[in-house]
This record gives sequence, C-alpha cells and structure tokens, in this order.
Amino acid sequence: MAQAISARGKLAARLARHSTGIIASLLFLAPIVWTALSAFKPAAEARLPPLPPWPTTGVSLENYATLNSFGDGLWVSAQNSIYVSVMTVLLSVIVSVLAGYGFSRFRFPFKDLFFVLILSTIMIPFQSILTPIFLVLTRLGLHNTLTGLVGVYVTLQLPFSIFMMRNAFDAVPREIEEAARMDGAGNATMLLKVMLPLVWPGVVTIALFAFLGAWNEFLAALVLMTDQSKFTLPVMMTALQSGRFGAIDWGAVQAGVTVMMVPCLILFLALQRFYIRGLMAGAVK
Amino acid sequence: MTTITASTTAPPRARKLVGAGRRQWIGLIYVAPAVALVMVFFVIPLGMTAWMSLHNWPLMGEHTFIGLDNYWAILRDTRFWNALKFTGYYTVVVTIAIFAVAFPLAIFIEKPRPLTNLYRTFFFMPAVVGFASASLLWSWLLNVDSGLFSPAAYDLGLIDRKFNLLATFQPAFWSIIAMVVWKVAGFTMIILMTGLQSIPQDLQEAAVIDGAGPFARFRAITLPLMRRTLALALILSVAGSILAFDQFYIILRGGPRNQTLTAVYWIFNQSFVSFKLGYGAALSMVLLVILVALSLIQLWLLRKPEGLD
Repeated sequence: MAQAISARGKLAARLARHSTGIIASLLFLAPIVWTALSAFKPAAEARLPPLPPWPTTGVSLENYATLNSFGDGLWVSAQNSIYVSVMTVLLSVIVSVLAGYGFSRFRFPFKDLFFVLILSTIMIPFQSILTPIFLVLTRLGLHNTLTGLVGVYVTLQLPFSIFMMRNAFDAVPREIEEAARMDGAGNATMLLKVMLPLVWPGVVTIALFAFLGAWNEFLAALVLMTDQSKFTLPVMMTALQSGRFGAIDWGAVQAGVTVMMVPCLILFLALQRFYIRGLMAGAVK
Repeated sequence: MTTITASTTAPPRARKLVGAGRRQWIGLIYVAPAVALVMVFFVIPLGMTAWMSLHNWPLMGEHTFIGLDNYWAILRDTRFWNALKFTGYYTVVVTIAIFAVAFPLAIFIEKPRPLTNLYRTFFFMPAVVGFASASLLWSWLLNVDSGLFSPAAYDLGLIDRKFNLLATFQPAFWSIIAMVVWKVAGFTMIILMTGLQSIPQDLQEAAVIDGAGPFARFRAITLPLMRRTLALALILSVAGSILAFDQFYIILRGGPRNQTLTAVYWIFNQSFVSFKLGYGAALSMVLLVILVALSLIQLWLLRKPEGLD
C-alpha cells in the first residue's frame, strides 16, 4: 500500500516536473520559433490576424525579397556582418593565442603591468570611450571602414580571450615542451605543432565568443558606420524597423531577425560545451 | 626516451638562466599585438575622453579649452540626471526580475535527470541571440497593429480594443523588463547552476539528518556557500543594465515622452546626434566613475568570506 502511494507520488512529481519544464521551454522558445515561422508568410497575410503563427496560404520568400530590396539590401549587410565577424574571430584568436602563450611561458619586462592593463579593460565600458574611438579611427584613416570596426571588436574580446588562453597554456605540462625542445622544435613549431593542438578547446571557446560578440554588437556599429553600404545587420535592421526607408514592413523585420538569430543558434547548439566552458571560466575568475 | 633522461639530468639552475636570458624579448613579441591593440583602441581613447571632457569640441571646427565648464553644465542637465535616475531604477527592477526567474530555473535544472539537458538548452537559447535581434523581435511582438500580444488578445476576444503597450510609461517599461528577462534569465540561470553544483552534497545530507527543512537548508547552506556566485551574477546583471542601450533605442526610442532615456542613450544623443563631443566625453567620465566605483564595491563583495573554503 505504502509502496503504491509512493510510486504514485513519484509519478505525480515527475509529471509536475515535466509539465513545468515544457511550459517554461515554450515560453523561452516561442518568440524565436514564432518569428522564424511568420517570416515565411506571404506579404498579404501579414495584414491578417497573427494567429496561427505559421503561414496558412503557402510558404513564401516574399519577406526576404522585400528585405533585400531595402536600401543597399539584406545581402550587403549580411556580407558586412559575416566579414566583420569572421575577421574578428581570426584576429582575436591569433592575437590571444600569441599573448596567452607569451604570458604563460615567458618572463619579460612589464609582463605583470601589461597583463593587468589588458584585464582591467573589462572594468571600463567601451560605451564610455566611444567618442574618442571614433576620432582615433578617423585619424588612422579607418573611419567608416569595416576594418576599424574589427579593430574595436577584437580589442573588446581581448581581456576574456587572453585570460582564457593563458590558463589553457598554463595547464599544459612543461615536460611536453621540454621534450619537444630536446627533439629540436623551434619557436614556431613549438607553438603551432606542439602547443596549439593541446589548447584547441580554449581556441574554439574564444572563437565562439568572438563571433557572437561581433555578430550581435550594435552601438559601436551604429556610431562608427555612417555609410549605408557599411551597415552590419543590426544597424541595417534598425534603420528598416525605424521606418527610415518608408513604412515599416514587419514581415521584412521578421525575416531579418531570423537571419540575425539563426547563425548564433546553430553555433551555440553545435558548440554548447565550449560555450558553457567559457561561462565557467568567467565565473571562476 | 633519451629526451626524458636529458631533461632530468641537466643541472636545473644553469638551464633556467640560459632560458631566461634568451626568452625575455621573445615573450614581449608574443604579447605585443595585444598590447598595441589595447593601447590604440583603449588606453589612448580613455586618455582622450578625459582630455576632451575639458573642451568645447564640436564635430567640425576648432575645439577650445573650457576647463570644468562641461562638468558644471552636467550639474544643471536635468535630462541627464533623469536618465541616470531612470537607469538606476531600471537596473534595480530588472535585476530583481532576472533573479526571480533565474534562481528557480537554476534549481530546476541543477540535478542531472531525464530531459534536464534539453530544458537547459531551451531555457538558454534566447541568451545567445543578440540584444539587437531580441529588441527587433520584441518590437514586432509588442507592436499595436501587426504584433502578437495586442492583436492576438483582440482576435481571441480578450480585449475589445487593441492596446498600444508602448504608448505610456508603465506598460512600455514592463514590456522591456519582460523582454530582458526573456533574453537574460537563461544566462544567469547557468551561472547560478554552477554555484549550486559546487555545494558539497554531503553537507545537504548532514543537514537533512539534523532535521533541517528545505527552507532552513536553503538559508543556512545554499545561500552562504553561493555567496561568490551570487555576487558574480549580480555584478554581471548590474553592469549590463547600467549600460543598457539597444532595447531602449530600438523598441522605445527613449519614448514615451523621453521617460525611458538611459544614461548611455543620453551620452549617445549628445555625442552623435547633437555632436557635442566634449560634453559627451564629460558625461562619459561621470558614467565611468560611477561604474568603476560600483566595480570596486563588487570586488569587495566578491572577496572570500572568512572561514569558508
């Protein structure tokens, strides 16, 4: 009898648990799924009631086409975003791997000062130094260029990614290096062939954070990119949504938001454990 | 094989000295690109912010030194003080709201059970979407005519007139809170989860044997042992909220009636809409001092309490 009750109690608890989980999941996922589905509605359907969320009169790419006809087009902004994000990933990985290795394995003048300097940038928000960044870029001839934006984004990533890489290199036993040195490995071989494979998970983590950071950044891109052909996706979409190019087409907004969200979601789903690793590193620090 | 013997038999001190002499400059070369970037895009702009804040600095034309005049002007800038007040209010409300949602979620997904990983992933997904994307998405959801909430409620017969959530302060403010909680709660949840997982299981079990109920255990074990994690989650939430811009710019444009201007929004406005760069720099300095002060308080919160691990 008692056993039957407790079994029933367990079942009830499990049911309660999963219904909570499912409802909460729906709340978190609904806006994403809803937007992605609505983006495939034909334009005429956008004036109909918002329920149901999926297209009822056939799947259409009309919204994407409309979006592409705004200003310089979806594709130009998407290319800008891809370029900026990929360059940010490449450069922040190169710079952080080098610096992480340097800070982990060498002694040199001003080492501690430089390390603290780089880490302390996390305390001061870039939002408060945006005006002079604008002037510095102008002075360097990088005003209104994607290269300038990449420079800013890479710098923003440095405190996190250098900290991450230094810890990754610290975790590699020195014996491995000494053995390779004895086998005649030079500096380049040492870093590329011996060390890099061992710190690879750290590299994936910083690359992922660099991509998400650059792909999603808004304020710096809004301020530094004045030429419409240089807009990244968030800036282009904001111009569209504010009605700067005529009446707001919400179907096109949904299509654009979908384009902005999908790469982040795919990368996250594919590289979840690297993302969590990065969060932990941040949390332990 | 030979390498191991060679490295263990070599006199350690001599080897170290040779290494040190040769290695020094190489290390500097490795960190040079990072240091150069931080100099160009951080240290110099930071110095310039301080310097510019003492000038009348229009976008075009000569800038002139005016001493502390910008700072005196800030004292009379009611818009800025209102923006600061609003930012503070928003920070407090949104942080409480985020914790109120994230803490139960963290407890819910803490233990590995069937489907927990799936729930974790689902709850977290909005957190990887950018703030700009999330804001654009919600600007559609919240739109009075073509959005979801108001038209759907109207179509379902729940309201008899479509209601514009963004037209007046209270509904607009709470709409933003809802959006930010949706976007950020998963992130805070994961951080709190790591804290929960680091609590030794036997401590909880011992407390159960001592007859402590769930609430007593939460107060006596969970909360004190999560002090550092809670402080970290708090820091991230507070720092992020004080710098809030995207959602207020994209969804509300500072409206209704400039009631939702945040501090960063006002700095953006003065610097890049009115092109008063010197004044914008002075405003930035004020915000920067506030944030550094908060960071220091937070570091003080983060230091390990005595007697614990």
